[in-house]
Amino acid sequence: MAIVESTFTLSIPSSVENLAMVRDFIRRVCEQAGFEKGDITKLTMAVDEACTNIVEHAYGHDKTKDVMVRAIYDEEQIRVELIDTGQGFDPTLVQPQSLEELVNKRKAGGLGIRLIRSLVDEVRYEVLPGNKNELHLTKKIPKTNKPQA
Amino acid sequence: MSISNIRKSAFENLTLIELEGEIDARTAPQFEQAILSEIETGKYYIVVGCEKLTYISSAGLGVFMSFIEEIRELGGDIKIFGMQPELKEIVETLGFSDIYDIVDDLSMAIQSFKELSIRKV
Repeated sequence: MAIVESTFTLSIPSSVENLAMVRDFIRRVCEQAGFEKGDITKLTMAVDEACTNIVEHAYGHDKTKDVMVRAIYDEEQIRVELIDTGQGFDPTLVQPQSLEELVNKRKAGGLGIRLIRSLVDEVRYEVLPGNKNELHLTKKIPKTNKPQA
Repeated sequence: MSISNIRKSAFENLTLIELEGEIDARTAPQFEQAILSEIETGKYYIVVGCEKLTYISSAGLGVFMSFIEEIRELGGDIKIFGMQPELKEIVETLGFSDIYDIVDDLSMAIQSFKELSIRKV
């Protein structure tokens, strides 16, 4: 039987003021996909961290730029794609640091990358034609959960 | 929308900072300022209440990380209580519980400070 995908898209101006809107969007999609509360929080947090990185670092808080968030789910997983045209940054290349190292260096910035990696099943980054950066965050739907009809 | 309400009160010789709503990159500076003003006025025993906290991102968690070394060097500490189970699970996965006392309620946080005082004697 063919896999049926549902796709949802949100585009926001690049500002931390809009992060709450992204979180609400991801929570709604997760609920529809059949995630339970704990997994909803995990994916929401991972997407929030990735979006914050784009707003603060890729675009340097330039509100005239847009961040596109696309969420796609089927019976197996939810994949969230974050697309921007700012300064590229591949989080998969960052060397992970322990929490103690981050505390000793008073470096809160490395925490977001640690969070993203620990909260989703797969992180993939690619640069597409037109200088588009795409970050894909994938989380599997537990077998016991079923997407809502 | 993200709503963050930060309330401060003095309790015995402690400062209680209660977080409400969502702490993210937009609202974390308020939390940072709340702790910073305590340090600046010489108050190093800080309890952070999370019973009404519904979300915290790395920007909020980073506030704990930014000040913990300094506060401990000054003889104080930050204790955290009342975190919702799904948030607690995430911060424990990160290793926060190895560095911070994360307890269930305010009385446990106070007790934890009393033990800290006894250890110093």
